[in-house]
This record gives sequence, structure tokens and C-alpha cells, in this order.
Amino acid sequence: MIRIFAILAGLFFAAGLAWSFLLGASSYISEPPAKTAVEEYHQHPKELQLASDGAFGRFDNEQLQRGFQVYKEVCSNCHSLRYLAFRDLKDLGYNDDEVKAIAAQWSTKQPTFDPKTGDKGERPNVPADHFPLVYYAGQGTPPDLSLITKARHGGPAYVYSLLTGYQDQPAELLKRFPDAKVPEGLHYNPYFASLAIAMPPPLTADGQVSYGDGTKATRDQMAKDVAAFLVWTAEPSLEKRRQLGWAVLGFLIFATVLTYMAYQNVWAGKKGNH
Amino acid sequence: MSFPWANEYTPTHPFMQWLDAKLPLPRFVYNAVGAGYPVPRNLNYFWNFGVLAGFCLVIQIVTGVILAMHYAANSDIAFASVEHIMRDVNWGWMMRYAHANGASAFFVVVYIHIFRGFFYGSYKAPREMIWLLGVVIFLLMMATAFMGYVLPWGQMSFWGAQVITGLFSAIPIVGNALHTWLLGGFAPDNAALNRFFSLHFLLPFVIVGLVILHIWALHIPGSSNPTGVEVKSESDTVPFHPYYTAKDGFGLGVFLVLYCALVFFFPNYLGHPDNYIPANPMQTPAHIVPEWYFWPFYAILRAFTQNFLFIPAKLMGVLAMFSAILMWFFLPWLDRSPVRSARYRPMYKWFLWVLVVDVVVLGYCGGSPAEEPFVMISQIAAIYYFLHFLVILPIVSSLERPEPLPFSITESVLGRDEQAALGVPA
Repeated sequence: MIRIFAILAGLFFAAGLAWSFLLGASSYISEPPAKTAVEEYHQHPKELQLASDGAFGRFDNEQLQRGFQVYKEVCSNCHSLRYLAFRDLKDLGYNDDEVKAIAAQWSTKQPTFDPKTGDKGERPNVPADHFPLVYYAGQGTPPDLSLITKARHGGPAYVYSLLTGYQDQPAELLKRFPDAKVPEGLHYNPYFASLAIAMPPPLTADGQVSYGDGTKATRDQMAKDVAAFLVWTAEPSLEKRRQLGWAVLGFLIFATVLTYMAYQNVWAGKKGNH
Repeated sequence: MSFPWANEYTPTHPFMQWLDAKLPLPRFVYNAVGAGYPVPRNLNYFWNFGVLAGFCLVIQIVTGVILAMHYAANSDIAFASVEHIMRDVNWGWMMRYAHANGASAFFVVVYIHIFRGFFYGSYKAPREMIWLLGVVIFLLMMATAFMGYVLPWGQMSFWGAQVITGLFSAIPIVGNALHTWLLGGFAPDNAALNRFFSLHFLLPFVIVGLVILHIWALHIPGSSNPTGVEVKSESDTVPFHPYYTAKDGFGLGVFLVLYCALVFFFPNYLGHPDNYIPANPMQTPAHIVPEWYFWPFYAILRAFTQNFLFIPAKLMGVLAMFSAILMWFFLPWLDRSPVRSARYRPMYKWFLWVLVVDVVVLGYCGGSPAEEPFVMISQIAAIYYFLHFLVILPIVSSLERPEPLPFSITESVLGRDEQAALGVPA
């Protein structure tokens, strides 16, 4: 009895699926879905190699400091870094006094509220503060950058490609997809999911920041540096994780060899399935 | 189960004698996973995965309890509290990665454990109860994993919760009221997040209870084995300890190497980048996908694109998705073949391998956007999934002519001649 019910239920589900399949397939054949501008023109991130890549990767502190400088002088006008504290910058090789100075001189101040008078004010940042929130009145909503390399497919390569990917909308695209014309106030970028991004090109000219270490601040270099910096902001414990990982794996492989020998030893002389 | 030849627990140390007289806990352990539990001697590595699943549950509970000490179940700060764990809590990043990837490891292990059940017919009499409890454990695992994924309150958390709880609104008449009641609102928000956290903390302990029943039920008939032939004599078995504790120790080592490689070197590989974006009810992600272990069932849900016999497509999808697992409860009675192991079932074996490929295809489609050709492929694959369990299995088991079984486990291990030479009774 139970098998008869089962067969009927199975045929019911199979019929429902076959019905969906037939209608879907016939409409797929009669009206094949048209390609969209995004499908045709969206590009995967460009290749980007960083010192922190790979299982043995280490952060390049000089590059991270340069990236931080790009963030400070360019990105931080619109983008916050809310999950980072100024004290975290010590990881990049800054000493206590330098971190104190960076915090104190940060242009956005920490908001304060006096519960006695109800007055709102602001005070300079100290190393224990997180980076202050940034309020942006223009078009678009600049995302917080703390986690951006973890929050996008491609990670740092995406950031690098986006920053260097601005271009004029291809004439061929406009001819084929007239509706896909980038709206007023947005900018064409083939690495952005919708191809039209609100952020104006942030890195406009070589030498936009002047690096203290003598590295030539080309647009490409600045984009690479800030991408490297944002890998660090997304996961400051990255290096530590991998270092610990090697120690853990080393121990576990050793221990597993021992357990294998123990296993063979216990079963020696006993036929089973080992 | 106690075979007549099972070793008797005889404490020698006076303290153990005293303890055994007052509370026979050592005796219990000895009979459950010690030398007092005779186990077939021919178990292969598939039999390692029950112990591994139990170990995964322990990992999840230990890391989860620690994470709960630092996590804040409030929709305003949940996301930030997870980042606090990652950045400011000592070893917090390790706990979170171990927990998030521990869920994946748990499902890998449990899927292999379930496959073992399918292949070797472990669900058949006299082990039906073990199977039924296992299905309940699996359902609870899925509920727990789903609610856990909501807790970081990222974009995929929020929208995953939106989609999955939305399934309840497909139920006729009471659906919408039920949906609002379950969520504590019209959409996932703080009320939903809080109850998910509460249940996510509770359910693992319910699972622990069911695991105890699962193992208890196992010890009534004793473990099955790759031949599917029941234990007949003492020479068919070895004591669990030291034989299988040694083998499980090695299996655990291999598991830990792979798991730690994932945790320490690819901790975000199985996750979705969108979940590092804080939840935003005003912005729907381009593709809402659950975690990989739900993909096959998600594909079945989405495969129903047309209303069928006046049943709305969404309701069909929900019915099918839940049926896809609930029908496993009937498996012991759908498969009427007296032979357990697929080794000796020439037809069933091939249908089972087709099912494995089919589920992988379904999983791939479930993780892909709901576009053609993935929808059509998942429809075909879902048809096979249902036909396999509900139609093919009952029919094949009556048509198929099984191959001859070995007389005993000992014979299958030693061969007929060697067994005779040793004078082991056949």
C-alpha cells in the first residue's frame, strides 16, 4: 500500500516538474532570452598580484602605508572605515606617537554629546577611536570600505580594476543597447555590476598623492596600493591566521601519521578491511 | 546489543569497583564504545563518518558557545558584533571561521554518512529506527544551520531569511498569518533575529539528545557492515576498542587536516561575499543563494515554475522541497529488497550512482542564478530525484536478481578456504 502511494506521489511531482519544463522549454525556444548589456559588457576583474597572496603571503607594510595614504587623501572624503580603529594602524609599522598624530590630525572629528546641556559637538580622534563615520550628501551611497575586499567577487582585484576601469561608454554598446545609456550623473565602468557607477573617477591623475618613500604615484600604482591596504582592513589577522595554520597543519599531519601507525599496529595480524 | 561473546566489564581498581556499584557509567561507556561492543571486523572507511559527525557536533557546540559570549543578537549591532569578534576578541577570528566552516564540514561528513546508508542499505530492518532518528537529526541540522547563517545579519543572511520564511506564506489560507507569527513581524527584523538566535542555541542540544537515541538504537542490532550479512559468530566481530577506536583516531586525523586547511587557508571560500555587506532591507542582492549544502533542495524549490492542477507553483515548490527529505522516512518500506548492500544489487547500484550525479547537478543548478539553462536542467534532475526514491526503488527491488551473498562476514574477509583451514565454524 505504502509503495502504491509512493509511486503516485512520485508521478505527481514528476508530472508537475515535466509541466514546468515543457512550458519553460517552449517559451525558451519561441522567445530565446535576449542578451543584456550587462551580460555582454560586464568584465571580470583584471589580474592583480599582491604580496599578501597565497598560503605564504605576507603583507608589504610599505605598500600598506602607501595605500593608507591614498585612502586618507582620496577615499576618506566619501568612504568610512568604521570597523577599523586608529590603534590598528600600528600593524602597518607606525609607532605609538605616529598613530596618535594620525588620529589627532584626522579631518573628520568624533561627534560628542553633553548630556548635561544637550549640546552636540566634536573632539579630535584618539588612537582608541574607530575611524569616524563619513556623511555624504551627493548621489549614491558610498559603502564602508572596511570589508570591501571580502564583500566583492574578486576582492582586491575588483577594487583595483574598478579604480582603473573608468572609460567612455563604447559606441557599439550604445548602438546595440540604446536603453543602456549611462544616466546623467553616473559613470561607465565595465567592472561595476550594473556598468553605471555613481562614484566619479577618484584617481584622476598621476601624482595625485605624493608618496614619502619615493614610489612613483601613477594611477595604476595608487589603485594597487589602496587595494592592498583594503585587503589588510578586511582582515588584519590574515598573516597570523596563515602562520598559525602552518603550525596547526604540521602538528596534525605528524599526529595523523602516528594514529595511522597505531591503527596498523592494532590491526596487525587481524584480517579485516584495513 | 550484547552478543553472547561481548566482553564483560570487570573493574579491577577499587575506586572503579566502587563507582561501578554506585553509578555504572564506566560500564555504560565500555559497552557503548569500548571493548564490550563487538563490531563487524570488515567495516570500511565509510564507517568512520558517524564518529566524525559526532565530532563535528562537538566542534560546533564548543565554538558556538564561545561565539555566543561575544555576539549581540540585535539587528542594529549584530553585524558589527561579528566584526568585533573577528578583530578585537582574542582568537575570535579562529572561533568564527572554525564555526562557519565547521557547519560545512558537518554537512560534508553527514552527506557521506547518509550515502553510506543508501549504499549499504543501513536503513533496512532491523535498523529502521536508527535511520528514522537520523533523518530527524538531519532536518534539525538544516534548521539550525539556516538560522545560524542569519545571525551575522549580512545581506545573504537577511535575504535568505526573507526567502525561506516566505515559503510558509505559500501555505493556503493560514500561510500569511503563520508567516507573520513565525517572524514576529512582516519581514525579518529584530524579533526574528532574536528568536533565531535563541533557537540556534537550543537546537544543537536537541540534536545531542537525538544523537544519543541514534546510537542507543544502533546498539540494539549492532553495526551493519559492507556485506550487509548479519553477524553470525564471534569470528565475525572485533571489539570496538581498540580496533575501531584506532581506526577512528586515524580517520579523525585525516578529517582534521582537511578541516584545518579550510579554516586557516580558505575560510571564506564556501561563503558568499554578499554576507560581508550589512543587511539592507531596501536593496535586494542580484542573486539570493543559500549555503552550498542547501543547493540541491533550493534547486528543487525553484524548479517548479508553473502552476500545476490549480496548485500554485510556489506551493508545489515548497511541497516538493520538504517532501524531498521527508520521503526518506518511508525508505525502509519503499525498498523491499532483502539484500542490504548495493555490492550485491546489480540494478540498484547503478540507479544509486545516477542519483549521486543527479544530486550534484541539482546542487550546481541551485547555486547558479535562476536562469536558463539551469532551470530546465534542474527540472530534469528533480524528476529523477523523485522518481528514484518513490518509483524506481520500489520497482527495482522486486525486479532485480541479487548476486549471491557471502555466507558470513568471516568468509568474506578470509575467503572460504582460509576460513576452513583456520577451523572457524562456517
